[in-house]
Parts: sequence; structure tokens; C-alpha cells
Amino acid sequence: MSEISTDLVRHLAGLARIDLSEAELESLTGELAKIVDSIAKVSEVATPDVVATSHPIPLQNVFRDDEVRPSLTVEQALSGAPEREGDRFKVAAILDEEQ
Amino acid sequence: MAKDKLLDFDKALELFEPVLGFEVHVELNTKTKMFCGCANAFGEGANTNTCPTCLGLPGGLPQVNRKAIESSIRLGLALGCEIAENCRFARKNYFYPDTSKNFQTSQYDEPIAFDGSLTLELESGREVTVLIERAHMEEDAGKLTHMGGATGRIQGADYSLVDFNRGGVPLVEIVTKIIEGAEADAPEIGRAYVSAVRDIVRALGVSNARMEEGNIRCDANVSLRRRGETKLGTRTETKNVNSLRSVERAVRYEIQRQAAILEAGGSITQETRHWHEDSGTTSAGRPKSDADDYRYFPEPDLVPVAPSRDWVEELRASLPEPPAERNARLRDAWGFTKLEFQDVVNGELLDIVEQTVAAGASPADARKWWTGELTRIANAQGVGVATLVAPTDVAQLSALVASGDLTDRLARQALEGVVAGEGSPAEVVEKRGLKVVSDDGALIAAIDEALAAQPDVLEKIKDGKVQAAGAVIGAVMKAMKGQADAARVRELVLERAAQ
Repeated sequence: MSEISTDLVRHLAGLARIDLSEAELESLTGELAKIVDSIAKVSEVATPDVVATSHPIPLQNVFRDDEVRPSLTVEQALSGAPEREGDRFKVAAILDEEQ
Repeated sequence: MAKDKLLDFDKALELFEPVLGFEVHVELNTKTKMFCGCANAFGEGANTNTCPTCLGLPGGLPQVNRKAIESSIRLGLALGCEIAENCRFARKNYFYPDTSKNFQTSQYDEPIAFDGSLTLELESGREVTVLIERAHMEEDAGKLTHMGGATGRIQGADYSLVDFNRGGVPLVEIVTKIIEGAEADAPEIGRAYVSAVRDIVRALGVSNARMEEGNIRCDANVSLRRRGETKLGTRTETKNVNSLRSVERAVRYEIQRQAAILEAGGSITQETRHWHEDSGTTSAGRPKSDADDYRYFPEPDLVPVAPSRDWVEELRASLPEPPAERNARLRDAWGFTKLEFQDVVNGELLDIVEQTVAAGASPADARKWWTGELTRIANAQGVGVATLVAPTDVAQLSALVASGDLTDRLARQALEGVVAGEGSPAEVVEKRGLKVVSDDGALIAAIDEALAAQPDVLEKIKDGKVQAAGAVIGAVMKAMKGQADAARVRELVLERAAQ
């Protein structure tokens, strides 16, 4: 059985700044537990001689030269902003998160 | 804000042993950002250097900047680190408006450089070796400006504005192992460590290395362990410590603050604290997240970095003389005191003083002109001191003083002319007619005139009141418009009195 508890889901929701109701917490706890249990089956076939894979393609050292490329215009950059002030993105006060 | 209680520093050390750790972020001076081709530039219009990748828009794909990898490896090598044969980037997940991606691309368990060390020499001559745990690559976050409220700080702000020009700029974060045995030197060790890192970064040329512009930022970890105990105390991490002096002050403050709490029977909260330069205090920030809370995982959009040993050795061969060794060598050769030498280093004048000495000036003269008059002019004009004049100009000026052609005062006038673009020191002397009057005949004529106006002076000198000569010397200097050697005038006056 997985170790996913309602408290853990609440903690994760807090970190992700997602406001969940008690009912949603309950159902997500069950769903996440199932997902974790399913993925845990993989470790049953993974033996110590199988190295954890982060990238399926055997590529490394893919670099870009240090040359400036055109950026977006300020208008383009801000076109998706919910709110702006001047040329900057405007966001809610972040007092709560900082304390 | 409630004022913290502080325990006397000596008393705090009597009861507790301070344990330190530092995280220094170095902003690299590559032309472009870490993962995209946007310009890495300081002081441009807000949000002018952004693209889908650094804004975290759908479809943005990161590409690693080769130069940033090279700079990171060179910095790692200069810190005596091993360079990883294979390492990866990781996503550090957090939700805060300074990153619109909701994660920072960083490195987690596979830093590019690890296991280094840096030896510091303190004022007392004591040597302390700081072990480097790791130096890893990551990207900077956007710049938040807190609006409204009274203070412009986070507390009391109504809303915040975000400029993502800095978002994605390459950083190297250097993390020390815990530093024990610092004792009363703890604040100085903090300062000396950050100063040594700054000197290395500057010598390598991998960063603009200006602390006041945030190119180098220090987080200071401090905890206290009660004497006789072996377990480490709870630490705080003081952020935003952006000058050498602040590092020293912040470490001292945290030692005194924590000691007062522990001595009163309280306990330390593990948290980040903000350093306030103006008041010289720290205040509580957010409780420190556990690494688990960041849900690190390998960055799927970037492939591993595996620097070949040939590349690493090539970069090692390109390293400059280590600053500590160079400093010791030059200080010795120039015969400066530690303080005099530090003046030169802190003014970023080491290279230029070295060039001035190479051009023929005495080390003392070179130091005097660059850290004195030229720095004063540069500050007044708000420009870099190195842009004012050439090292050869200073060497020539210094030679003109040494040969007696100029007094210090005339030399300063000549320097003004050079700064104003009137030519070399010799040319300015010529054009402005600044040369010292070395013609004794002209001096004697002026002395006679002065004596005629003050007939009792000669008698006084003959009576042994030599200081009476001062009035005559003053009058002669005035008549010569300052273009005379006062010592020579004095000699002539005394000769006259002896006749």
C-alpha cells in the first residue's frame, strides 16, 4: 500500500497553491495512492543493475553558442499577462507566502 | 518591528561555539542567458529580454549555453573542485511570482563541481581552510518590486511587479561545508571567504563581480552549539547580504541574536532571515522548506552534461594565477601593508596599479594616485576610475614629481588637465605652464621683495626663531602662484638670514 495520506495531499496542495475542498482531498488521496501503487510495480522488475533513466535517448552535451538572439517585444511578452502596470507583470501581494 | 535582544559578543562566544556555512551566488557575465538566447544585460527596460523559454510559455525549449558551462567549470577548478564526469539539471519546483515556470532549473544531486577548498588568511595571520561542498549551475529568477505599503518591502506591500529580464541569467551557486572552529573570527571569516570568492571570480573574468549590483550574493548560515555539546544547533539562513561589510555584520548579529534567545531558554526557529543594510539587523522571512518540498526531479528537456577530461584539462591550463598567490606576490614586491594592499584590491585597482608600476612608477606613487586623487575624481564624476587616464600617464606624472619638475599640488593640476583630455602630463605642464620655478634667481628676487615688506623677519630668524621664515615662504609661494618648491624657498631664506 502507498503512503499517500490526506495530510500529505493537503501539504502538496499548499505547496502548489491549490485550494482543495475536503471532498476533493479525499478523492485525490485515493487517486494518488492508486497511481503511486501502480508506478511502484515498476520497481519490482527494476533490479540493482538497471540504472535509473532520466532520458531515453543516449545524447549528452547538447550546447548552444553564446550568441544573442532576438527576444520578444515587451508587448508580446506582456500579451498574456492577466494584469500589468507599465512594462511589468502585476501580481497579487505575496505577503502570506513570504511569512 | 520588534527589536531583537542581543547578547554581548564575547559573552556569546564564552557560552557557544558558532558554526557557519555560506552559499554564494555568482551571476555569470555571459552574453546570453543560461537556457535561451536572450541578452544577459543589466539596467535595460523592463521585460525587454524575454522569450518563450525564459518566460515559461508553452512550447519553450531550453538549450544550454556552452560558455556558461565553460565558466562554471573554470570557477569550479579555481575553487579546487573535482569536475563531474556526468551531471544533470533538475527542476526545483516552487510557486512564487519571481519565476513564471513554477520551477527553477538547477542542479540537485549531480553538481558540475564538488569537493573543493579555499584557504583564507585573516588579519591576525591565522589561516583558515574552508571546504567547498559543491558549485552547481542554475538560473536566476525575475526581479520583484513590491508596491504600496509604507516601506517598499514585502511586509505591507499591496501588490508586486515583475521584470523577467534577470530570469534565466546563469548563476553558479557555491556551497561550503560547515565551518567549525571559527570562534571569535567567525564574522571576519565570513567577510574573508566572500572576498576570496569575489577575487577569484574577478580574476577568472566570469562575472562582473560587483556585489552592489547583485552579481555576487551571499546567504550566511549561522548556528550556535553550546560549549560541551556535540550536536549542531538549529541554523538560520540570512539572505540578501550584499557587501563584504554586511557579511561580517550579519554573522556577528546572528551570533548575538541567537545567543540571547538560547541563553533565555528559548529555541531557534529554522528559517530564512532578511538582512537590512540600513538598520544592521535581520528579520524573519519564510520558514525554510525541506528539500523534499521542492520535489526535485531531473529536467526532462535537457540532456546530461558530460565534460570530456580533455576539455577540463584545457580549461585548467587557462586558469590565471590564483588571486591569493598573486596578491601575496605583489604585496611582497611592492612592500605594502595589508591595509594599503586591501585598498587597492577593494578599489578594483590591482591590474591598473600593476601596469602603472610596470610603466615605471614606484608602487607607492602608483597606489597613491589611483586610490587617492583619481578615485576621488572618478567618484565625483560618477565614472570608472580606469577610464580617467592611462597607467602610463600616472607613471609620467610620478616621474615629473620625482625629478622636482612638479610639486604635488602642481601634479594634481596637471592630472586634472590629463583627465580633461588636454594631453599627456608633460603636454599639460607645457600648455598650462605648470612647471616648478627652479631658477634660484627668480626665487631670490621674490624673497627679497617679501623681506622688504616684512623687515623684522630676518632679525627674528637670526635670533633663532626659525619658524618666522614661514611668513616669507608663504609670500614667495603666493608670488610664484604656487609653482615653487617650498623646501627650496626655505633653504634660500635661511641662507639669506645666515649671510
